[in-house]
This record gives sequence, C-alpha cells and structure tokens, in this order.
Amino acid sequence: MLDVQAIRKDFDILGREMRGKPLVYLDNAATTQKPRVVIEALVEYYQNYNANIHRGIYYLSELATEKYEHVREKTARFIGAPDPATIIFTRNATEAINLVAYAWGRQYIEPGDEIVLTEMEHHSNLVPWQLLAQEKGARLRHIGITEDGRLALDDLDEIITERTKLLSITRMSNVLGTINPVKPLIDRAHAKGAVCLIDGAQGVPHLPTRVLELDCDFLAFSAHKMLGPTGVGVLYGKREWLERMPPFLGGGDMISRVWLDRATWNKLPWKYEAGTPNIADVIAFGAALDYLEQIGMEAVQAHERELTAYALEQLSRVPGIRIFGPRHVEHRGGVISFDLEGIHPHDIGQLLDAEGVAIRAGHHCCQPLMERLDVSATARASFYIYNTEEEVDRLVAAVRKVERVFSRAVS
Amino acid sequence: MSDLRDLYQEVILDHGKNPRNFRKLEDADHQAEGNNPLCGDRINLYLKMDGEVITDIGFQGRGCAISTASASMMTESVKGKTRAEVEALFQRFHELVTGEAEAPPGAPELGKLTVFAGVRDYPIRVKCATLPWHTLRAALEEKREPVSTE
Ligand SMILES: Cc1ncc(COP(=O)(O)O)c(C=O)c1O
Repeated sequence: MLDVQAIRKDFDILGREMRGKPLVYLDNAATTQKPRVVIEALVEYYQNYNANIHRGIYYLSELATEKYEHVREKTARFIGAPDPATIIFTRNATEAINLVAYAWGRQYIEPGDEIVLTEMEHHSNLVPWQLLAQEKGARLRHIGITEDGRLALDDLDEIITERTKLLSITRMSNVLGTINPVKPLIDRAHAKGAVCLIDGAQGVPHLPTRVLELDCDFLAFSAHKMLGPTGVGVLYGKREWLERMPPFLGGGDMISRVWLDRATWNKLPWKYEAGTPNIADVIAFGAALDYLEQIGMEAVQAHERELTAYALEQLSRVPGIRIFGPRHVEHRGGVISFDLEGIHPHDIGQLLDAEGVAIRAGHHCCQPLMERLDVSATARASFYIYNTEEEVDRLVAAVRKVERVFSRAVS
Repeated sequence: MSDLRDLYQEVILDHGKNPRNFRKLEDADHQAEGNNPLCGDRINLYLKMDGEVITDIGFQGRGCAISTASASMMTESVKGKTRAEVEALFQRFHELVTGEAEAPPGAPELGKLTVFAGVRDYPIRVKCATLPWHTLRAALEEKREPVSTE
C-alpha cells in the first residue's frame, strides 16, 4: 500500500488553495504534478552543470552528457527494454507517434495498405495516420467500441487482415479509462505481418510496462503525465526498425559525416535526435522515474484501482449521473468520465472549480469518440498516486452541489 | 459558491434549461452554423428578414448553460431590430462580457442581457457567451462557412 500522506508532502502544490478552498487536483490524465525532487533536478542542472551535451571536451559537458544518457538507461529499464539505444527522446508522445508516421510510414506504407486504429484514440494517434494515409493512398480501419466502452473484438478477423500494415492503439483510454487487451491484439497483427505501435501516454504512467512481453514494435509516451516535466517524450522502437528506418529530422547530432551535398547518419539512438535536445527536462525526468520506481508500478496501479472503485461507487449514487466506460474496475484505470442529465460538462467543470476541485471538461482530444458516445463533451476526473478517498469525497460532494444548483432552474 | 452566483444567475439557469425560440425556421431566408471546438458547443441559427429588419429568429444546437442562455436571450432581444441595431448591440454585449467597458446602470439597449456581466471574470467562458452573436453576424452576412470561436 502507498503511504499517500508521505507522498503528498513531496508535492508543494498540493498544499495550496484554489478559489479559497484546498486544491483537489483530479486532472492527472492531462498532466500530473511534479514532486520536489524533479523540480530540484531542473534547478541543479542549470545552476551546477549547464552545458551542451555530446560536444564539449570539458568537464561540465561530460557531466551533463553522462546525466542525460543515464536517464536513457533508466527509461529503458523502466519499460523493460534491454538496450538503451532503442530509447529516443522526443518532445512528447505526439512527436514520438509522428516520428514513426514520418520515418517508418513514408518508407513502408503503400497504396492500398491498411492502418488499423480504434474509435477511442486520442487525436495524437489519429491525425498523423490520416496525413500518412492521404499522402500514400492507404486506408484507415477502426476497431469499434462496445456499449460499456471496451474494444469490440467480434469482427476483428475482418479488420486485421493480410492488408494490415500497422496496428496503432492506445494501452488505456484517456476518456473511458478502458485498459485495452493490447497483447492479444499485437499477436494477431504480427501473425498477419503487421507492425504494432502502442500509444502508452496513459498506459506507461499507470501500469507496469514490459515491452518484451508486449512485443510491440514501437511504444510512445510523455514524461509530463508521469511526474516528469513537460517537453520530454519517449519513443521506444525495436532495433531492427530503428536501424532500417530513415531519419526523422535532419541537423546536428544526428549525423555521422556531412558533405556539401549529402550526409551519413549517426548510430542509434542519436540518429533520431537532431539538434540540442531538452537536456534539463530529460535529466529531471530521471528523477521522476526514480520516484515511481521506488514506489513500484504494481503499487501505483493497486492504489488507483482502489480509489477508482471507491469513486465509481460513490459517484454512481448521484442523481442524474451517467458514467462512461467499463463497469468493472479490472478493465479500467484511474479515469472516470461522466455527465449529469441536462447539465453541460463545462458548467460542471466551472462549478467544481469554485469548490476547489480541478477536473477536465471537454472532448479530451477525442472528437470521434465523443461522436460515438453521442455527446459533445464529458466531465473527467483522473487520479494519481497522491489522490485520497477524502478528495474523492470532495469531488462527489461538489458534483452533488452542481446537481442541486441546476435543479433550482427547473423547479 | 457565492461568487459563481454572478455567473450562473437564475435568469441564465432558466434560459439554459428552457431556451426560448429553440426551433428551426422552415422558411428561414438566412442561416448560419457556429462551433466552439474547445467545448464542442454547436449552434444552428435561422432568420427571417423583412428588408433590414429581423422578423423571426430561431436556433438549435447543444451547448453549456452560458451559450444556450446567451442564444436564447439574444433571440428575444434582436427580434424586430435592424442589422445596424443588432451590430451596435453586439458591440455593447461584447464590451460587457469582456469587461472592456462597465455597463452603464440599466444600460438601456442591453436590457436583460446585462445578466451576462459575470462572464467577464471567467475569460474562457467569453467564447461561450459570444458564439451565438458571432453566428448571428455570420447569418446576416450570409457566410457559407461555419463560424468557429477558435
Ligand atoms: C491516450 C493519449 N495519447 C496521446 C496523448 C498526447 O500526449 P502529449 O500531448 O503529451 O503528446 C495523450 C495526452 O493527452 C493521451 O491521453
């Protein structure tokens, strides 16, 4: 079990007030808060060893390079990748997915090929493939969802076929909280000769991740959703693909030799890291990984599951509420989307804000999923390691208050 | 939630729940669509004009309480007005909700619309309140492209 009270002491922001009430931060699917050690790591770099990496032959640059590269090793270990050279740092999960769409997609996708996605994907895992499909004359296919927000696997044989070149799906929905059965889907796609990308933006921060067991060809995620700073994303790729694919961005660092009219590429992983990277934030991300590793991802998942079960039970008793996504907590992570009959989610968010409760209201970058659910938006609460049952109670009390304020208007 | 009362006034809650003129005009001679991509609000606006004067107006769509109430109250206040009067009213309304100008007490031309003064304290909601007005302007200009608040 997590010592949540001890954890909370590491996050100064959790002690602040919002609108005159103690802050209840429940927008962790958008971005998490950062513990003091992460913020200190940023400051320490800028104060003590700020220098560009991979270039200087002086001590500070060597130190910065060593710290930066050490985080690559930590990241590899965190997701169970044996080879740190298969970890590429990007700006965010979105850029990691785009890297694959450009470098891999433009090389290997041909007219008539099919790319399989799902109806619950984030725009980040939809739009890059739309651009690619339009350019190459490829076809997009989508795995549908069931009434309780799980992937509809009945007509899979019809969707994943010999024509499938890529399967790109999320490990966990940022709207429904659904944890998808990615492993059997990957096996199925591989059996048809397809390549598999997992959008781990929600999965990696909340669930233990072992890339060798998953056997995915690519995995994308963002540091800022797992206690790290903004501006750092990760792409893991199987070495065979990373070796064969052409580079993504051109420039300094990614080259081996440059002539006026051509160049050769650097070794992995630097082949895909053009220009000065986000040194400070990568180093601070290392502190976030240490923090999570110390807690243990099994414990993180267990804590969120317990909190989610409690929240589902309490919220389901609010008059007029509709909760989206899987009914059983085994199929979901710590994300709960809901709405209240006759009340727009934006109004819910506004009234919760007045109670000091920060949630998200909107389409959550999943407009096609909103269409599928036949709503214009949802309200969404999402949890992390520092959230408590008392905070869930504050959420539920605030939602009840919204319901009361608005029912005034009909009476 | 005391300060929020300024935003969610009874009148606004009422128009949000029971919008007036919430209907499609089958014989509309002007119409336009408006979207707020941020929150997924959508409005379809229908007008009947006699020369320069709006003789009938209706709307449909889905949105938050602020945008629905704003659309509802807008339809009530522009019926019978000319284009020029509507444009002037929108200017005043815009100043009111963005806080650019203090509404003079009783602001005669704004009338009941002054209940939206509370929006100025919630900058992201300004788009909700003004979406119906932008859509009205597009309908008057006979714009074919849907208007967007982004
Ligand atoms: C499932 C999913 N995929 C991708 C992303 C994109 O992450 P980022 O904005 O950090 O690139 C998000 C973030 O909201 C997400 O929830």
